[in-house]
Amino acid sequence: FSPKPQVLRRGGSDPEGLEGLLQRAGGSVRAAGTLPLREDGLEKVGGVRAGDDELDVAIVGGGMVGLAVACALSNMPLTKHLRVAVIDSNPALKSTNYLKKDGIPDSRVSTVTPATISFFRDIGAWEHILQQRHAFFGKMQVWDYTGLGYTRYNASDVCKEYLGCVVENKVLCNSLLLRLQEQKEDIEKMVYPTRLVSLAFPSKSRNVGVAGLKPPSTEAEELRRSNLVKLDLSDGQTLYSKLVVGADGSKSNVRQIAGIKTTGWSYPQSAIICTVEHTAENDTAWQRFLPSGPIALLPIGDNFSNIVWTMSPEEASRHKSMSSEDFVMSVNRALDFGYGPHPNSSSLDHYVERLFSDFGGTAASTKECFEVPPRAIGLISERMAFPLSLMHSHDYVSKRLALVGDAAHTVHPLAGQGVNLGFGDAAALAKVISEGVSVGADIGDLSLLNRYENDRKGANVAMAAVLDGFQKMYSVDFGPLNVLRAAAFHGAQYISPLKKNIISYAMGDRKSPLFS
Amino acid sequence: RPLRSDATDSRAPPPWSPPAPLAQQHTMLRRVAPPLRRALASSAVPHRGGARLLDPGLSSPHALPPQWRRWASAAAASSLPPPPPSPPQGPPRHAGGGSAASSLNPAEVAKFAAIAETWWDSQGPFKPLHLMNPTRLSFIRSTLCRHFRRDPYSAKPLEGLKVIDVGCGGGILSEPLARMGATVTGIDAVDKNIKIAHIHAASDPTTASIEYCCTTAEDLVKENKQFDAVISLEVIEHVANPLEFCQSLSALTVPNGATVISTINRSMRAYAAAIVGAEYILRWLPIGTHEWSKLVTPEELVLALQRASISVEEMAGFFYNPLTREWSLSDDTSINYIAYGIKKSEAPSATPQ
Repeated sequence: FSPKPQVLRRGGSDPEGLEGLLQRAGGSVRAAGTLPLREDGLEKVGGVRAGDDELDVAIVGGGMVGLAVACALSNMPLTKHLRVAVIDSNPALKSTNYLKKDGIPDSRVSTVTPATISFFRDIGAWEHILQQRHAFFGKMQVWDYTGLGYTRYNASDVCKEYLGCVVENKVLCNSLLLRLQEQKEDIEKMVYPTRLVSLAFPSKSRNVGVAGLKPPSTEAEELRRSNLVKLDLSDGQTLYSKLVVGADGSKSNVRQIAGIKTTGWSYPQSAIICTVEHTAENDTAWQRFLPSGPIALLPIGDNFSNIVWTMSPEEASRHKSMSSEDFVMSVNRALDFGYGPHPNSSSLDHYVERLFSDFGGTAASTKECFEVPPRAIGLISERMAFPLSLMHSHDYVSKRLALVGDAAHTVHPLAGQGVNLGFGDAAALAKVISEGVSVGADIGDLSLLNRYENDRKGANVAMAAVLDGFQKMYSVDFGPLNVLRAAAFHGAQYISPLKKNIISYAMGDRKSPLFS
Repeated sequence: RPLRSDATDSRAPPPWSPPAPLAQQHTMLRRVAPPLRRALASSAVPHRGGARLLDPGLSSPHALPPQWRRWASAAAASSLPPPPPSPPQGPPRHAGGGSAASSLNPAEVAKFAAIAETWWDSQGPFKPLHLMNPTRLSFIRSTLCRHFRRDPYSAKPLEGLKVIDVGCGGGILSEPLARMGATVTGIDAVDKNIKIAHIHAASDPTTASIEYCCTTAEDLVKENKQFDAVISLEVIEHVANPLEFCQSLSALTVPNGATVISTINRSMRAYAAAIVGAEYILRWLPIGTHEWSKLVTPEELVLALQRASISVEEMAGFFYNPLTREWSLSDDTSINYIAYGIKKSEAPSATPQ
């Protein structure tokens, strides 16, 4: 599937107005001697009507990535007519108002990269996020407990205005829902507030061959349905769909039913997340690697920041159960003077900086000094703890099935990339479905879905490997390795071209950190 | 007259003799490139089935066993015999005997009947067609959208158009056309193909309305059927008389309608890629699927269509990238190519231009 019509020799293009006029007139330049337009509507063909329970795309899981797929499909001109349904029992999917900004920020937040932001802009959901709480940040500082080095990143290094934006997950979901509501009037019918109980993929055994006893319409219906995926829902309904999209998270039910194997391992770490308050606004993303795992402080708007602190499971349960004052003190210690000294730069660093500034210009942040992160003055949300693991599916697709988001892969949260990979999947899948519709293909066809897998698998595996590498590198306290890591910090801080590459890769603008 | 008749067909017309006025033919030849001129001149002598150049020698259609390899080796073992007078076996349907209007070659028909069940197996003998299908559909979509002035961003741009797929096989092309909104009729000479196409199309409501018939283009012409768009992909290299086939396709097209034909070029690159590569090395196609001597060059196709009152407006080549394993459209027509033409609106004149 490589539709490239621009290669053809074109005589000239019709002005937009003429085509539109002809379309609105309901006809076309038809040669003489042909039959008039059929009176049938879209669904009734040859006397066979597709039932209300027959869908084109059934998205199992109405989280951020599942809703992003639905939104992308409803936004593209070639796919907006497809019958899409979202199956998720979360009652939040039924609410349709803007979330107020003055409430307490939720601890579950995501950092969206500029690549994801432009995807949201394309599907028309970003403007809804701008109406709710969100926080752009333009600076980032990464260092570790040894005090041997630090790296600062600035959006102006790559001539951008921001490195990313931190948004609460519920705000992301809500914006996608609001956009869907704008696109489709019958959004009520689109969301099925139930759980999926079982799936049956089409196979030869499902072909029911009872001839002659049933009326022809039922036989035709059965023949049609035997080619679709059958979804049984918990409220007793049965749906049939040409394509099932599994967006139901890391413990995906759909993936298990389809029998897709995964590879992965648990990290010996859990992450604690919570929201803290400062005296002033925080505009930088901070991350410090401690002996047991990184602690990240992300701005989420106003004077609030989100903490993601990775540590061993025992430490995690201890930190979860201690009093909030003790916890705040522990956080400040972890971000500031605890575990090791502050890093500072030496004359060697300045020499390296001058050396590399000849290649490809300086980045503004190479001159910035180390700063101490802002102090947390209070804990304003509950602390939540999650175990961390790496998981990757062997296949993203099978006949009439595609997996997106966490159902296909989970990564370590240390670089805030997880959900961005999921949104990348959603964009790629919608694009592949659109290409399939443009050549009249069956959207559940495996060769079409394989294009999605080939597009995303490489990128996702590479990112997961990079993050896994980082996790392993920073979990060992070993002299020579510490020096290596320090050298890496210094390199990333003072070698401008390398720094720009790293930033672009993390922002989603490049496919690979080293090679273009 | 660029194409020679296939003398191995028992129902072939008598050896070709140049039509009058010859002077006009020679004038036309002078304007044509030297290699093509040589080809046209040499084709004045009817062949006995062998090409000028090296040919796998599989042109003998007699003795049709079900296995293609056995057929290939049997033919190769025997020397090139004179054309067989016996009627062929196999299920081709012809409209009455003795008429030179049939474009069917019974040998070719039998070839496809042998592998009919594998049409929808995307890993089977029709794998290259399945791989190539989206690329040729994108060409068809873009040319037909422009021809009929349809919105290219519409999901069903061919709504209301009557389209016929000549040589539809298992319906690989007909089904996507129906999904694009067209009213599709699919015809094929092999009855098994029609049955398989019908069953497969019934499983999707958008494709269940396709009308499949086991008939030939000539029969439909006799019934005075006409269509807005006539599409015949990868068929012309298998017919007995390509010139008359083009005439039939043209007769099926309404004036100002569109005709789309795709085939393989008769070039050395095509021999290397489509015959040696696809049949012998990659084993995508059974050996003997394509005979090099029956392939049609773009120039010949354009001239044949011109005689049939169709002016070719656009042509594109298909290019297969073995690294990404994808087909894409290109300007290189040296192996596979597809042509889109418009039928003239006035009646075709008797003399060539």
